[in-house]
Amino acid sequence: MYRNNRPGMGTIVQTVIRWLRGPILLFGLYIIMYGHEAPGGGFGGGVVIASAFILMTLAWGEPYTLEFFRRDTALTLACIGLLIFIGLAWAGTWAGSGVFFENLAAGLPGHEAHLFMTALEVGSGLFVAGALYLGFSVLMGHYDGAGREEEES
Amino acid sequence: MTEILALLILLSVVGAIVAVVTPNLVYSVISVGAVGFLLAIAFLLLSAPDIAVVQIGVESISLVLLLRATLGRETQQGATRPLVGVAFAVAVVAVIGLFGLQVFYEFPEFGLPAMARFADAPAATYLATGAEATGAPNIVTAVLLDFRGWDTLGEGTVLFCAVLGATAIMRRRARRKDDVSK
Amino acid sequence: MIYSLCLLLILVGLYGVVSSRQTLRIVISLIVVSHGVHLLLLLIGYRAGGTPPIQEAGQTAAAFAAGSVDPIPQALVLTSIVIGLGVLALMVALCVRLYERYGTFDVTEIRRLRG
Repeated sequence: MYRNNRPGMGTIVQTVIRWLRGPILLFGLYIIMYGHEAPGGGFGGGVVIASAFILMTLAWGEPYTLEFFRRDTALTLACIGLLIFIGLAWAGTWAGSGVFFENLAAGLPGHEAHLFMTALEVGSGLFVAGALYLGFSVLMGHYDGAGREEEES
Repeated sequence: MTEILALLILLSVVGAIVAVVTPNLVYSVISVGAVGFLLAIAFLLLSAPDIAVVQIGVESISLVLLLRATLGRETQQGATRPLVGVAFAVAVVAVIGLFGLQVFYEFPEFGLPAMARFADAPAATYLATGAEATGAPNIVTAVLLDFRGWDTLGEGTVLFCAVLGATAIMRRRARRKDDVSK
Repeated sequence: MIYSLCLLLILVGLYGVVSSRQTLRIVISLIVVSHGVHLLLLLIGYRAGGTPPIQEAGQTAAAFAAGSVDPIPQALVLTSIVIGLGVLALMVALCVRLYERYGTFDVTEIRRLRG
């Protein structure tokens, strides 16, 4: 991934990926939001979103992508996603008939019935994207344990 | 259709044999990527579009991970352990394979799932009542998030622990309590 | 038989785990085994001539339930594939740290250079 001691790849690759990273993130969001009626769901969408950032790491190198999306931001996002998931599952215990993971919106007509499912999907999609990006970026760059990266020498 | 599926799995087996036997690690990584993509096509033929999407994404990410670990490091050491040897490994695998084939003779024929043989299987209930009971026409999502939601919670736990483990392994210097500057 | 080919894939991966000399090759063989197991689960749940388990807008529940493939193996394989990626990151981290510590991927060399 280093070319003349400069991280990242050539100009053509960088230009194309600068155009493509927006649509890839949008496509991942589409897979998450339409997971209840089209193939996809939270896990597929999370994998696609993480792969957009991995593509950016390949094109520009690790330091540039870390400015976009720092490692502690990724960990925070993953924790928030998991907390949304668990919180919505707990909510069924209080408001419903006391069953864990009760679907609160079941039985409502029309589009409201999808809201609970979509919220769960968004939670798990955030979690998978943050966790996979964190796992990838500690394997790529230099990780000195304080949450920040060593200077490139 | 069964013939195309059998051909795809046969090509995957050839790719897997190349991945295990070739002495160079870079060839091995590329072969396991080929196995993954062939299996993604096989998943599409088995009417599982969700899984094909996830398999392609996961295979691309794992190829990048493996290549990053392989390139730039010394890889020409040979494939087989000198103490274990080819003959012993083949013998072990053949014994396991013979026992496995006994199990496979007991399987029902290909193309007849459990819900076709037993009318009160849980899968039949999920398919018949899933869309109204959960509000999700995608029954795989309904199973993952409503009927079997506990398993998804367990998946989140395992993924979190694995990623935190990888983070802890790659740490070069332990955090110190008085380390506020950097 | 298709199931025998799938078992062959699992056995090839198992052979790789037993007889590999490099740590990264053991990781690659474990990936092959997990691919074989996912394929086996999906083969068990397949209905001949079946449709994906996504109910269309105007379809009745009875017709949908009679023509679709089994959704439960698909849900389990979906989570298993994503977990496989997380565990792969963990295993590759272990291999990379071993290489930085001992200078080689070779298992016989690592066994010799204790400490």
